[in-house]
Amino acid sequence: MRRLESLARFAWDFVVGDDWRIAAGVIAGLGITALVATSAVSAWWVLPAIVALLLAVSVWRAAAPPG
Amino acid sequence: MTGTQIGLFASVFLACAVEAVEALTIVLAVGVTRSWRSALLGVGAALAALAAITAALGPALTALPLDALRVVVGGLLLTFGLQWLRKAILRAAGAKARHDEQATFREEVQAARRAGEFSAGRLDPYSFTLAFKGVLLEGLEVVFIALTFGANQHDVGLAAIAALAAVALVAGAGVAVHAPLARVPENTMKFLVGVMLTSFGIFWGAEGAGAHWPGSDAALLALVPATLALSLAMVAALRRRVVRPGERAGSPAVHA
Repeated sequence: MRRLESLARFAWDFVVGDDWRIAAGVIAGLGITALVATSAVSAWWVLPAIVALLLAVSVWRAAAPPG
Repeated sequence: MTGTQIGLFASVFLACAVEAVEALTIVLAVGVTRSWRSALLGVGAALAALAAITAALGPALTALPLDALRVVVGGLLLTFGLQWLRKAILRAAGAKARHDEQATFREEVQAARRAGEFSAGRLDPYSFTLAFKGVLLEGLEVVFIALTFGANQHDVGLAAIAALAAVALVAGAGVAVHAPLARVPENTMKFLVGVMLTSFGIFWGAEGAGAHWPGSDAALLALVPATLALSLAMVAALRRRVVRPGERAGSPAVHA
């Protein structure tokens, strides 16, 4: 049981890391790109824009002074 | 060698070198302080486990449909790359302590000493386990990087050569200096690797999700500098924003 727990913890740390919002945002970004790609609009710009926003928000939150 | 192949080699080489430095730090720490024999046995066992995992994982990865592979791998690389890049930006801006291999080495040495003595000539379980764990975990990341980068570019061979070259170079350097490689500019390397992983993750992820890049593969030549420029801009903006101890407005600095 402890081994399963530590394996799950390792997998979480490996994939998700310190900020779960990044992983959630990446999944959402891929989904939105797939949706836009089915329309007539070009979809290549969607993921870079979402990634830039995700990184900026994550870094800003981490650097914010406590309280 | 084409531009794409050079990019693939450089990305895999840099990423794997970072992982190898981390594994080497652990092995050197337990080897120097406790038992080289047990540490090297741990390294050997970890490499055998890695070979088995690679043999099982490699064909499974390359047999997947390419678009599904790209979207999964792109998403994983992106998540992985953004984690590295986020930390590297925070470190470069002074908002997070820099990763110090010398400090890690000292911590590992102290932990090894605290673990107690063992009989000379017998297997030291502490050295074996620590070396095994370090090499297996960092080695898994090396295998993951080499397989995914290589499978996406249909050149697993070149990615494997880049990974092996990085590991051999770091191991050779470690053997030569018998020190934790604190002189390797790890933070700079992590920053660049974060930029590369994020750029490749965006490229493959978007392509797997159905987007078509202007210029096809050549789009990477714009994506990498754009990601680097954005990251450097964030570092510059954060440096102005980070309030260092003693500089907080309204709270006078305390002098001892």
